[in-house]
Amino acid sequence: MSVTGRTRYFFRQGNRYVLLVLLVLLSGCGADMPGFMNPQGQVAEAQRYHFWIVIALVMLVVIPVIIQTPLILWRYRYRGHAVYRPKWYMSRWLDITMWAVPILIVAILSVYVWRQTQELDPYRPIAGDQPPLEIQIVGYDWKWLFIYPDQGIATLGQLVIPVDRPISFSLTSASVLQSFFIPALGSQIDVMNRMVTRLHLKADHPGRFEGKNMQYNGEGFHRQRFITRAVDDDTFAEFVQRTREQGRPLDQDTYEIIAQKGDNRDVARALGLDTRDSDAVIRLSSVPNGLFHTIMDGSPIDWSALDVSPPQLGTTRTSVIQNPSNDDTSSSSEAASSSHQHRKAQP
Amino acid sequence: MSDATSLIFGRLGWDALPFWSMLHDHSPMTVINGVIATGAAGMVVLGALAAIVLVTWLGKWKYLWSEWLTSPDHKKIGIMFIVIALVMLSRAIIEAVLMRVQQTFGLDGGFLTAEHFGELFTTHGTIMIFFMAMPFLTGIINYVMPLQIGARDLSFPVMNQVSLGLTAAGAALVMISLVLAPFSTGGWTGYPPFTELAYNPGAGVDYWLWAVTLSTLSSTLTGINFAVTIFKKRAPGMKLFRMPLFTWTALCTAILMIFGMPPLTVATGLLALDRYLDFHMFTTDLGGNMMNYVNLLWAFGHPEVYILILPPFGIFSEIFATFSGKRIYGYRILVIATMCIAVLSFTVWLHHFFTMGQSAHINAAFGIATMLIGIPTGVKVYDWMLTMYRGRIRLSVPMVYAIGFIMLFVLGGMTGIILATPSVDYQVHNSLFLIAHFHNMLIPGLLFGMLSATNFWFPKATGFRLEERWGYRAAFCWIIGFMLTFFPLYVLGLMGMPRRSVAYFEPQYLPWMITAGIGAMVILCALLCLLMQLWVSIRDRHANNVFAGDPWDGRTLEWAVSAPPPEYNFPVLPEIYSIDAFMTEKDRGQGWQAPDHYVDIEMPANSTMGVIIGITGLAMAFGLVWYMWWLVIGAGLVTLVAVIARGFVRSTTRTIPAHEVQRSHEHWLEQVRRTNPIDRSLEQTTANHGRPVPPIEGAVQ
Amino acid sequence: MSSTDTHALEGNSRHPGLNLGAAHAQEEDTREEMVFGFWVFMMSDLILFGLLFATYVTMLGGTAGGPGPQALFELKSAFIQTMILLVSSFTFGMASLALKYREDRVRLVVWLLVTLALGLAFLFFELKDFHSMFDKGGVPSRSGYLSAFFSLVPLHGLHVTAACIWLVALLGQMAVHGLDAPVKTGILRLAILWHFLDIVWIGIFSLVYLGGLS
Repeated sequence: MSVTGRTRYFFRQGNRYVLLVLLVLLSGCGADMPGFMNPQGQVAEAQRYHFWIVIALVMLVVIPVIIQTPLILWRYRYRGHAVYRPKWYMSRWLDITMWAVPILIVAILSVYVWRQTQELDPYRPIAGDQPPLEIQIVGYDWKWLFIYPDQGIATLGQLVIPVDRPISFSLTSASVLQSFFIPALGSQIDVMNRMVTRLHLKADHPGRFEGKNMQYNGEGFHRQRFITRAVDDDTFAEFVQRTREQGRPLDQDTYEIIAQKGDNRDVARALGLDTRDSDAVIRLSSVPNGLFHTIMDGSPIDWSALDVSPPQLGTTRTSVIQNPSNDDTSSSSEAASSSHQHRKAQP
Repeated sequence: MSDATSLIFGRLGWDALPFWSMLHDHSPMTVINGVIATGAAGMVVLGALAAIVLVTWLGKWKYLWSEWLTSPDHKKIGIMFIVIALVMLSRAIIEAVLMRVQQTFGLDGGFLTAEHFGELFTTHGTIMIFFMAMPFLTGIINYVMPLQIGARDLSFPVMNQVSLGLTAAGAALVMISLVLAPFSTGGWTGYPPFTELAYNPGAGVDYWLWAVTLSTLSSTLTGINFAVTIFKKRAPGMKLFRMPLFTWTALCTAILMIFGMPPLTVATGLLALDRYLDFHMFTTDLGGNMMNYVNLLWAFGHPEVYILILPPFGIFSEIFATFSGKRIYGYRILVIATMCIAVLSFTVWLHHFFTMGQSAHINAAFGIATMLIGIPTGVKVYDWMLTMYRGRIRLSVPMVYAIGFIMLFVLGGMTGIILATPSVDYQVHNSLFLIAHFHNMLIPGLLFGMLSATNFWFPKATGFRLEERWGYRAAFCWIIGFMLTFFPLYVLGLMGMPRRSVAYFEPQYLPWMITAGIGAMVILCALLCLLMQLWVSIRDRHANNVFAGDPWDGRTLEWAVSAPPPEYNFPVLPEIYSIDAFMTEKDRGQGWQAPDHYVDIEMPANSTMGVIIGITGLAMAFGLVWYMWWLVIGAGLVTLVAVIARGFVRSTTRTIPAHEVQRSHEHWLEQVRRTNPIDRSLEQTTANHGRPVPPIEGAVQ
Repeated sequence: MSSTDTHALEGNSRHPGLNLGAAHAQEEDTREEMVFGFWVFMMSDLILFGLLFATYVTMLGGTAGGPGPQALFELKSAFIQTMILLVSSFTFGMASLALKYREDRVRLVVWLLVTLALGLAFLFFELKDFHSMFDKGGVPSRSGYLSAFFSLVPLHGLHVTAACIWLVALLGQMAVHGLDAPVKTGILRLAILWHFLDIVWIGIFSLVYLGGLS
């Protein structure tokens, strides 16, 4: 959109915005607020709780200052008649109080922080009825590649997760430092080249949540977004099935397009997909085995050595990874393969 | 480009000009951004030309050279530091406003390109930290600290010049980058591997690298200079625990500079090796590790935060005491708290990257260490409140800033504790919440402190008061503008909006962005008010003159001399018996006395070292940025020769004869006697010529 | 205000290493400040080296398949460098003693020249070492580990170079101005730098060379 067009758009929408401003300001932290103030997962919910606890505790120090400063200013104003003692500079009891109160608060906070930090450690697996779903994430310049190793599929632009099932993310970057973040679900985690970081989240409610990159990595940074779709198990199975059937394999050509600078939409355009789809979702039906670790190791991906070279040649290896997924959704086999994957990921 | 040209100009080409891309690409976005960039470049060029023309027209080159540029006087160097800071402050505020406006229109787009926006937030941050905050506080410490401890100059006046030269060179480099673009887009923190050659091959990162390096070297030297001065040059009787609090904070800041700057030197130095000599310290391949950079940067970065905030703490301590007409509450405790903060500041750097995947125990430990800093800081806030308690508070301009500071700073402290809680930090890290937090510390803390100090000590430095009406307007604009701009950013951060985004796609963000945009306009008004204040004050300088030197009924030694003080500060070095040395003198009715006899005073002679190092530093940095190796080598050799040659100079001092000292001192004393003493109710009127009535009125002891 | 002289009140902090003659209280105060300032600078510099040491240790694993310490270092050469530097510290000590207790300038100059020669010899051996490392493929662009090595060890070498240049400059000053107070202070500060570099080198020798070869 041209700038003038945008300005016009802005003014046309002006009234609505003014109304919106008033509404949001009036309703305070409105129910419409995205992010962890409106948590959709247990991690985000705990974080919101911590947030308010910390505020409540620190308020014990802050409130006296906010209230008493104006009072002092008024009472001891120049033209007032309050007592004036220019040489008074010390009171033992006041000293003791003003050291004791913050020390006490920090002591309480420290205990609290120590516990909560362990509890919400993103590396710590989340307990759940079902075994965690493994997802590997690779950060590229301005897009995320979501690999489902046990399903043998991958997506760009949309992360589909089953609701109520713990998700275990392994993340690395094929580019510079990035930070992977789904505010409504919980923690963000840095994503670094040649390193794997871990993150565990769980969605408690079905829905569509914004996901983003928080660490500036160039001009397309603000477009490095995706939609997280938390769905029930059936829908998830359906998604896996549909991706396998309708997606394209992640072959060398596709990979090169992904590895170029650009956002999801650029990839979709380069692949000749429909870019009017606002989410620009790209489905990849098969992924070379161990792609994530190859990227993490930083060895240039040698497609011939990987033995999965693009569709027409993709015989043996492709079938190897597709085998377990063809046995499909029996969860025991998934759990086995996922733990196998896990051991490989963390030698 | 032919070989010969590239030998001379390195990789500098026509495309470095800000309007170059506009000539080839006529899309509206390019044109708009080209116009903005060209306008900025034009302002730099015209500003420089205007300055040259003005000085030539006034015929002041010789004066400028001998009285300012080559002067080793700490007061003049301090003022020059502050001038640099104010120029850079103006630029960085304009950039901030531009960014706010962009984000106001940033739903789905806006008018700035992402590249341009990246340069804006990088220069804004780099300038505000290294070329606004550092020179500003260095300038104020430079000016005030020797006066407060009863010294005639810093320990190393020529090194002080060199510090100024290096800072000026860095600032000039950042300014040049507007004309010969681009600047880095890597943020003021410059995290690799984004800033590595592989991802950012252009000149931008190199500009940033060398500008920051120049500033770091300058600050290291400054830190050494201040620390040695405070340890070695105090007047007789000025024991450590009699020093004014501002001097104490200056000492702590100096120590932090000495130990906190080397990590940044190492970080930028290693990054430079990566970029210039194909090292692999922080690259993604061949065993480089960017986490080392992050640790090094924040091992500097966190002490830096306290380098920035401690001097304002000292300034506010002076201001609360002076304008409450009362001794500071809990002097010793404040000193101890300052020391605690300084020491603790080295133990918390990791809280800048809780999300980097280290173990929860480490995160928790650093989170708790961070919260510990809240204790001495909280105690300080209470001490300031108790200083006002039972005082007689005059709401002068510095005091308005101080009140704004104390109320807003505790809120920033609260959000700081929130950020220090690792579990919550995983949500708000890298978001606008973080931006709001550190602006909440740095604007009410640092900037209000600096502006407050400027209003407070300006009459001492120039001999006339700053006009109050525009001063109040500026102060209120700052406070209101700050709240309007940054409180919405807290909310945006809670909604998960990342920092450094040129645009966003969530309509929920918009109302907050608009509020912040309005706030930015108010801050722009504050800047204009400051300029008006300066202009009106200069216009009315005769009516507002305070030659007698003590316009605020001051407590510390700097108020015991004329305004502006003589070059040698004190005709004879004073002897100190208590804290608040000058107030004690006034209480005993011993202020403004003539000494028994005068002696010759030896002062450092003028030197061109600062100018030489400044110019060669700039030339080297510029050459490195554009790969003009001849310039680098040439400037390097000149520096080496200059430093060696300086060692051979023996006439480093000049003597001011006793009779001259006597004449000017007695002239001043005569003026003081003629000045009508006023009480504090007339403080802001033209009746105030710098002499208060003795003693403090209506006191219950 | 009284006109008491500073030095009457706090005058007992004369620097023990200096011999500026009597009745130069003001002069000695200035010199004392310079020496103290130089100590402070050394502390700052020490942080620099400390951080580079720490970085080096974290980068030990980053050889990226390139040559490591075993393949590159020669203990003999490193040991020779260590001995040269230790002896140079001793000779500088002799120069300092000559500065403090002897009136004749010849002895001082001779010791300084010996020190200078040893410094240059150290640099020669260090460069030779680097050369042989380069021959074995140990260039900084090969790996993170080698980058860390070449950011630490040559920085020490650069310091030694600067110290040598300073020594020559001081000899020049002595030739022009004689053994005046600034030259004496200069020698005193250079001595601090020289011994400091010795200590840093011992760190490098133990950590980088002995640690690498063990």
